[in-house]
Amino acid sequence: MKYTLRVWRQDGPTVPGRLVEYTVDDISADMSFLEMLDVLNERLLLQGEDPVAFDHDCREGICGACGVMIDGVAHGPEKATTTCQLHMRHFDPRKPIVVEPWRAAPFPVVRDLVVDRSALDRVIESGGYISVQAGAAPDAHAVPVPKPAADTAFEAAACIGCGACVAACPNGSSMLFTAAKVTHLGVLPQGQPERRSRALDMVRAQDDLGFGGCTQTGECTAVCPKGIPLDTIARLNHDVLSAVARSS
Amino acid sequence: MAVTGAVLFSYVVVHMAGNLKFFGGPDSINGYGVFLREFLTPVLGYGGLVWVVRVVLLLAVVLHGTAAVQLARRARKARPVGYAKRPRVQGGYAARTMRWGGVILALFVVYHLLDLTAGVLNPHGVDGDIHANVVADFQHWYVVLAYTLAVVALGFHLRHGLWSAVRSLGGTVRNAQTVALVLAVVVTVGFLAVPFSVFFGFVR
Ligand code: HEM
Ligand code: FES
Repeated sequence: MKYTLRVWRQDGPTVPGRLVEYTVDDISADMSFLEMLDVLNERLLLQGEDPVAFDHDCREGICGACGVMIDGVAHGPEKATTTCQLHMRHFDPRKPIVVEPWRAAPFPVVRDLVVDRSALDRVIESGGYISVQAGAAPDAHAVPVPKPAADTAFEAAACIGCGACVAACPNGSSMLFTAAKVTHLGVLPQGQPERRSRALDMVRAQDDLGFGGCTQTGECTAVCPKGIPLDTIARLNHDVLSAVARSS
Repeated sequence: MAVTGAVLFSYVVVHMAGNLKFFGGPDSINGYGVFLREFLTPVLGYGGLVWVVRVVLLLAVVLHGTAAVQLARRARKARPVGYAKRPRVQGGYAARTMRWGGVILALFVVYHLLDLTAGVLNPHGVDGDIHANVVADFQHWYVVLAYTLAVVALGFHLRHGLWSAVRSLGGTVRNAQTVALVLAVVVTVGFLAVPFSVFFGFVR
């Protein structure tokens, strides 16, 4: 199959970019979106042009490195699917595909489709940890975890930190990401000591980094490749409010 | 946003319920107007309650609007460069129109106060003669249209706002979306009952 692409090309963080049209041939329906970009890049290299820069690592939907805006939808049209796991059979060859980087002030474009998402690491540093005794491994089941808590934590822990929630949010908010982390740690017994300060610190950190405010539009969950539920945001707000109530 | 919204929502519900006294005839609704002004007269003076409510509402509207402007500004700053292509994924109409809906409601409230509270824009416009003022209003299709647009905008605003407010305050309610929808529809229909019954001649 042959596809027409309109890809965002930008040589560096400070230079202006633009959409450039390419056609790619010999694309099979079973190729992933990234493999299709690989085919394009091989051709560009042979022609002596710069390949399109994009982030990727595991290519099995677990690392969170990949992620581009495909026709205006983070990670493309399939639900709960990362860009690396998205197959070309979902695309109509007659329609051009627009490929853009995540757009958010805290995610500056590095090059082409690559953005710097280390702002999410700053959010994690501000509270995404628990305090443990270092040293010998703890006994298994030393701290019993109720099954519902384990399930909720596991569901939230599926977040791969790809940044699609920010990219999709009309407010440019990282609320779903932060809420996933706060839920993941905050429902487990091990996460109780810092539960409230964690929520407050992480929300403050994301605000300071220039992410927008959440208005519960739900765009984030709709594109999340791991289907993190919107309820995590209510839990985050609950912890933040009780932190504020205690400190005042 | 959630707290001031809750204050405004409480007012809207009481107001909608109070409006239904319109169907009890002129004595019922006009008497209700007098009752509201006489309420706690020994403590607050005649009309005291009405002024207390006005101050609270004004404060709530100002804070609600300020928070909305701050959110909109932060959103613009958080995405200085937009997308070339941007369809709607989740596409909740109510969620997307919160900001413009709020502007429409604010404009409506100004008109509404000039119409039925101050009486200057009302075809009848006699202070205290609420029933006749309302009947005079809704003889005109354009007045009915203006009220309908505002009340429908209110319905959308509540549909997303109620649900969102609960979550902002940290609550998760089972079937919250449906509950918000039902409340929004009840308020919308309750308000629209008055203009439409007048317009179609059920009440005169
Ligand atoms: C069909 C719909 C409506 C009707 C027939 C209606 C009718 C009235 C009437 C007759 C008054 C004057 C009451 C008096 O002087 O004692 C009034 C006041 C008021 N209404 Fe409405 N109303 C409607 C919808 C709304 C909506 C949707 C809102 C808000 C979003 C609203 C907000 C107000 C406010 C703020 C006042 C002023 C209260 C004051 O300070 O005196 N109304 N309305
Ligand atoms: S490359 Fe790892 S999730 Fe897509």
